[in-house]
Amino acid sequence: MTGVPIEHGLLLATLLFSLGLLGVLVRRNIIFVLMSMEIMFNAVGLAFITGGSRWMQADGQIMFMLVLTLAAAEVAVGLALVLQLYKRFKTLDLDVLSKLKG
Amino acid sequence: MTLELVLFYLASAVAVFATLMTITRHNAAHALLYLIVSLLAVAVLYYLLGAPFAAGLEVIIYAGAIMVLFVFVIMMLNQGNKTVQQERQWLSLGMWIGPGILCLVLFVEVLTLLGSSGQLAGLEVVSAKDVGIRLFGPYLLAVELASMLLMVGLVGAYHLGRPLRDKEQVNEREKDSEVAQ
Repeated sequence: MTGVPIEHGLLLATLLFSLGLLGVLVRRNIIFVLMSMEIMFNAVGLAFITGGSRWMQADGQIMFMLVLTLAAAEVAVGLALVLQLYKRFKTLDLDVLSKLKG
Repeated sequence: MTLELVLFYLASAVAVFATLMTITRHNAAHALLYLIVSLLAVAVLYYLLGAPFAAGLEVIIYAGAIMVLFVFVIMMLNQGNKTVQQERQWLSLGMWIGPGILCLVLFVEVLTLLGSSGQLAGLEVVSAKDVGIRLFGPYLLAVELASMLLMVGLVGAYHLGRPLRDKEQVNEREKDSEVAQ
């Protein structure tokens, strides 16, 4: 076990996750929404690493690598969607996509 | 308070501040700079938590590859005559001070870590070897699933990113003219 208390590591992960969630909720530019989602993925990875360092097991780092893979796939598809959105609507505003709203 | 804890709280402060700046910037390129600083700060945190392999992956894949994708898209979306003026504005000196100072803090932290690696008695490390043995042993199925996920992401990004066909473009134009009418 390392010297860093686990509560503080998890607190930091929660804080970063909340900031990312705030960004997703507040910003309406789709690029910023994707960036905020990256922040949230990152916070989850930090929580995994903190847990792995508390019990000195490799599983935390393995879960972090899986989260990394997920983030890479998500950002590739997400940015392709951004390009399509810009091509079709000439804007990056997410609220334009509310055409299906009842 | 040990040196390790001091470095941990300092890097945490940098990470939180940079994240806060990321979600409040108006300009996407400025936000990206702060996001990269935030990721680097988290990489330092990983090192302090005894996961140097994850810290390396964080820098290479997150701050390297994924952020390059963001840069590509931001650059692709900013075509036209105003680009030159925009570039000039983005490269102005004032823009670099904030991320530069935060990076300097992280750099000093890394130097301190490298200089005193023998003194951090509390730092126990889960090495890359342990991670590899676990990863290709009990977690082999997860590796396969991750590879399939990456394949799906690749094909999906290629499919979505292709140029519009002529027929689709005509349809879009018709739709636009309908909206205009």
